[in-house]
Amino acid sequence: MITAIFVMAAIGLLLGGILGWASIKFRVEDDPLVEKIDAILPQTQCGQCGFPGCKPYAEAIAKGEADINQCPPGGAEGVKRLAELLGVEAKPLGEGLEPKPKSVAVIDENTCIGCTLCIQACPVDAIVGAAKQMHVIVASQCTGCELCLPPCPVDCISMQVIKEDVLTWKWRYPIHMMKRAA
Amino acid sequence: MSRKLFTFNGGVHPDGHKAVSNATPIRAMSLLPHYVVPMRQHIGAPARPMVSIGDQVLRGQMIGAAEGYVSTAVHAPTSGRVVAIDARAVPHPSGLFDLAVVIEADGEDQALEFQPLDWRNLDPSALRNRIRDMGLAGLGGAVFPSFIKLNPGAQKIHTLILNGAECEPWITCDDRLMRERAAEIVRGIEVMRHALGCRTTLIGIEDNKPEALAAMRAAVPADMEVVSVPTLYPGGGGKQLTYTLTGVETPTGGRSTDVGIQVFNMGTAYSLYRSVELGEPLISRVVTVTGHVAQAGNFDVRIGTPLKDLLAAAGGALPGASGEIVGGPMMGFDLMDSAAPVTKAVNCLIVKNPKLFPTKPIELSCIRCGECARACPADLQPFEMYWYSRAKDFGRAQSYNLFDCIECGCCSFVCPSHIPLVDYFRFAKAEIWEREREKYSADQARIRHEFKTFRLEREKQEKADKFAKAAEKSREAAASGADVVADPDAEKKKAILQAALERAKKAKEAVTPKNTDNLPPMVQKEIDEIEARRSKVEGNTESQARHE
Repeated sequence: MITAIFVMAAIGLLLGGILGWASIKFRVEDDPLVEKIDAILPQTQCGQCGFPGCKPYAEAIAKGEADINQCPPGGAEGVKRLAELLGVEAKPLGEGLEPKPKSVAVIDENTCIGCTLCIQACPVDAIVGAAKQMHVIVASQCTGCELCLPPCPVDCISMQVIKEDVLTWKWRYPIHMMKRAA
Repeated sequence: MSRKLFTFNGGVHPDGHKAVSNATPIRAMSLLPHYVVPMRQHIGAPARPMVSIGDQVLRGQMIGAAEGYVSTAVHAPTSGRVVAIDARAVPHPSGLFDLAVVIEADGEDQALEFQPLDWRNLDPSALRNRIRDMGLAGLGGAVFPSFIKLNPGAQKIHTLILNGAECEPWITCDDRLMRERAAEIVRGIEVMRHALGCRTTLIGIEDNKPEALAAMRAAVPADMEVVSVPTLYPGGGGKQLTYTLTGVETPTGGRSTDVGIQVFNMGTAYSLYRSVELGEPLISRVVTVTGHVAQAGNFDVRIGTPLKDLLAAAGGALPGASGEIVGGPMMGFDLMDSAAPVTKAVNCLIVKNPKLFPTKPIELSCIRCGECARACPADLQPFEMYWYSRAKDFGRAQSYNLFDCIECGCCSFVCPSHIPLVDYFRFAKAEIWEREREKYSADQARIRHEFKTFRLEREKQEKADKFAKAAEKSREAAASGADVVADPDAEKKKAILQAALERAKKAKEAVTPKNTDNLPPMVQKEIDEIEARRSKVEGNTESQARHE
């Protein structure tokens, strides 16, 4: 009887020790959930969610401080994927948050005075230029976050919706003819 | 000459309708007033326009240069003047416009001086560059730049397959080409064989084209083999023809070059002959016009010919026509705008009528009969892929090897519920590509944003370090006080400063007001009075200040 208790206690201590050692040895530094959430977010870094970038928003979601429906560029699709990841119900986008068509910022070259304010505002360094030199936006790097619009003192930046062309055109969802039969 | 042939799984036997257009020889077209030459006629990056509005061009002159690696050149189909470079209707399922150069023909049809190429003695790389600048792309429909396919690269290509199967119904352009220009095709094949350095050359032709088989057999040398393959759609698919002829399967997600086999279309071989042996770039191709038209047949068409003019050349559509298909009925698409021109990819124009092409029956529910899986030549399970594509569960659809689907349309053809399965697969593929593009740009944005944050942090740190260093230095200077040896230049600097101050002082003295010299007595008297008053007032205030 005593032997049995002793043996069980010893096994318990041993396994407990291994678990304790493993929790220190294989400790995960970063919250992997934040990385997973960040991977779903569209990385526009636009701040429409109220956080200064996608990563801070991902951290807030992981901590439970922010709702999952605050990201307009991600749209309903993004909310759905976040809901799937976190095991919660999907919901419509937050109030006043409307997804916009994908756009890029364009600088009117005649009006630009070369003040560099937009360069500082761009979260992804997609604007090229120097003081008193005309600036230009690298369209392929622009996330369409609109953060360069407010700092411009001469309002020379406008958003242009990306038009569909032969290369980006997608086959549409086949139209259901079943309803006509019913 | 009997070769063991292999039979791929699935396939269908749609009505051929080949006799409608294959009885008459290839016809030439008269010169048109306008040609619309799109810059994107091949897989890869569109060509970069080399001409501007108003330029005179000659037939065969390069008007668009290859841009990037996967690209090829575009040439003027006739001599004339460039009248526009803008977005025009193109043969594309979307009906969207794309960049094109519009040439107004001058009627002279004057050509550049074409230089035949001594390809046997040319460096392989130079030959490929030349072929790229000749605008060669696969004319079977995929229009992949030929010069890339002619690069054996790391893999050793042991077998060259020429695809003369022409398995789609209605199309007969390769059939007529082989019957009429077999010798030229063979000379094109010689160039391919030379570039690839392969031992075996197989020419696969479906057995519903006995005349073409006979013509090719008569034309080929002893070391090329013309093989009659059974008529079974899609026997002309690259992977299917490879399997039929060699028994080698192309691995999932791979190309036939992975197993040492390269496949070219007959039309490409003929165009290669023209561009290498005659020096004429790819400015024309053979196109079948068939279906509900007055004089169906094949035409030697300049690239850039508007499809409505091509249709007119075939006598126009008969009454009761209900639209046109570009390509074959299995894999082609409805033409949106008949102003769209013939491009390198267009092999056939079919005019529909309700009898030949009845409207699609109503789509019913999938009954999971498995007919589609039995018909699938790529050994897929279309009913599973359909289910997940319809539910937009793209990950699962992909796990059923969606991207091995060649979109041949066999599954849609056999489906008893008339489900347009291929439409669902195209939709799913397009969505997956879009997601990959978005994922890529999101990753790029993340990296750039992280770097920007890092850069700002680093700049801040550097600035702080600089200040800290400067502060440290001044503190040290203060602590050591007089011990510190004065800056050797300090005295000099001081002297310079002193000199400058002196100069400034002198300058100030020099500019005293000049209106007080040589005054008339009246004015002088007035000034003196004012001065006396001023001194009195100043004296008073001073004494007041003293009293206080």
